[in-house]
Amino acid sequence: MKIVDQQLRIVIVDDEAPARSRLRDLLGDCGQKMPLTVVGEAADGRTALELLNSQPADVVLLDIRMPEMDGIEFAEHLRKLPDPPTVIFTTAYDAYAIKAFELHAVDYLVKPIRLGRLFDALNRVRQFTPLRLDVLQQMKPEPRSHLSVQERGRVHLIPLKDIIYLKAELKYVTIRTEQREYLIEESLTRLEEEFTERFLRIHRNCLVGRPFVTGFERVTNGNGEGHWVVTLTGVVEKLAVSRRQQHVVREFGGHS
Amino acid sequence: MGSYPKKARIILEFREAPKHMPSINQNTDPIVLPNFRNLGVMLRVLLMANGMVLAAALIKAASLETMGRQIVEISTLFQPILLICLLALAAVSPALQKISYPSGILMVLALVAMTTLFVCRYGESLLNEADGMARPLILALGAAGAIVGYFNMRSRLLSPALTIARLQALQARIRPHFLFNSINAVLSLIRSEPRRAEIALEDLAELFRVLMQDNRQLGPLPREITLCRQYLDLEQLRLGERLRVEWHVENMPADALVPPLVLQPVIENAVYHGIEPAIEPGTLSIGVYRKGNELHAVVKNPVRKQGRHHSGNKMAIANIRERLALHFDAEASLTNTVTESTYHVHIVMPYVTTAAS
Repeated sequence: MKIVDQQLRIVIVDDEAPARSRLRDLLGDCGQKMPLTVVGEAADGRTALELLNSQPADVVLLDIRMPEMDGIEFAEHLRKLPDPPTVIFTTAYDAYAIKAFELHAVDYLVKPIRLGRLFDALNRVRQFTPLRLDVLQQMKPEPRSHLSVQERGRVHLIPLKDIIYLKAELKYVTIRTEQREYLIEESLTRLEEEFTERFLRIHRNCLVGRPFVTGFERVTNGNGEGHWVVTLTGVVEKLAVSRRQQHVVREFGGHS
Repeated sequence: MGSYPKKARIILEFREAPKHMPSINQNTDPIVLPNFRNLGVMLRVLLMANGMVLAAALIKAASLETMGRQIVEISTLFQPILLICLLALAAVSPALQKISYPSGILMVLALVAMTTLFVCRYGESLLNEADGMARPLILALGAAGAIVGYFNMRSRLLSPALTIARLQALQARIRPHFLFNSINAVLSLIRSEPRRAEIALEDLAELFRVLMQDNRQLGPLPREITLCRQYLDLEQLRLGERLRVEWHVENMPADALVPPLVLQPVIENAVYHGIEPAIEPGTLSIGVYRKGNELHAVVKNPVRKQGRHHSGNKMAIANIRERLALHFDAEASLTNTVTESTYHVHIVMPYVTTAAS
């Protein structure tokens, strides 16, 4: 049992099949000198997170440039796992990321990866300091493609394009998709800054996904005072537009 | 030799081909007369000559009101001479390219003088001045001299070190991302499929040979197509199922000459922007065909919205536009259009063959 515990459990994430097979070969070579096992591999971030939710790992060898979700963003979501694995980035050529790695002493390997470099990196893996969120955010100025939440030891990815609205409640933000709601611990203001293109602020505590807006309606309460509400596809509820944000009704005008 | 894979043999054959390739490029070191059959050259001559007519009219006319009449007066004699000269030059242009530059200039001036004398002689009714043929002759020769001088200056500006350096700098550009990923892919094959690794390395070597060679002369179209296929084979190695390619080159004229690397960078762009940023497979469509005197090349790829892939595209397109202009002047064009789902690049070049010159 003890030997199994000591084995370094490794997951390979790269969108190119030959790159994965090359890493498998090299890890096989390393395996002759140190106890390690490849517990899985994935071609994209979503699949990789699915895998890591059910299969704990010590090390993730992570390609930076991948379709849909790049390695930097994936590493951000990965931090939410209960026992996050150590990340070693791999890249063929990514001047911007490499500069940032050097600056923040983040470990990385350049492709084609040399056996010796990989072996050294794996040997030092226990001493690695966890990746800091602010460093990852600096390295990736573009908005994320997904939000993530931790629930019962698993990390769920919510594609940005599925989010109907974001609503701040006390210290949490509720994410609403057609299927269900999630709670995340992020600030609504920061989310608004990150995703200006995607969301429309209709209230101090509410952002709605622009493509989901179907129209605005005028509602009058008992006292004869009226206010606007927004109607959305995917949900029946109508969300109030605050007096301060009334200008969005005009800007969105034309919809009925 | 017998054990070489089929593809390798094709490469060898193409390597022999360019030996007898003629020089079509107007921008090689010694200054040569412009190709008078080129639309851009004709247009420049027409514009300059008529500019001179305007200037002459402005100087001669007593007032701006009478300028219109002056233009008509000058034109009646001048335009026929100009048009006949242009036609004659287009007719003898291939012959002019074969003789030395100074004798070429003399031939052009002689042709202009003869045309002027001819028009003056047989178009007497057009002449309304008493001083006979001397004045039109001097003016026509002056105009011709100015235009020939302009082309001399233009080719001096375009041809030497400056342009060569610029072209080579642009051509040396290959995405390091592609290079290192390809080498990585080849490394992954060495243990399991050494045969495939060999072919991939040969493809890579061939690609770099073309990138590094002197690419100022036009090259055979089939060689460019082979190069594109080798490049795509390498990309296929990395991207596997994600990259699908449709070729429509059945009707391409095999004798056509094109600037080397006119198509490969377009295809590289299409892969980089249209295939790599998506998980699901995408199809590239590449078509080459001839339409009358034009050679058309069309590359289509799916539009992908996400990702951090944006820089570099404009540079590659601008590079090809610039090279097309250097080779063909106004006769070639590159247009790119984006629709909801597809990105199109359409290149039109004059259909030039080995036999034509």
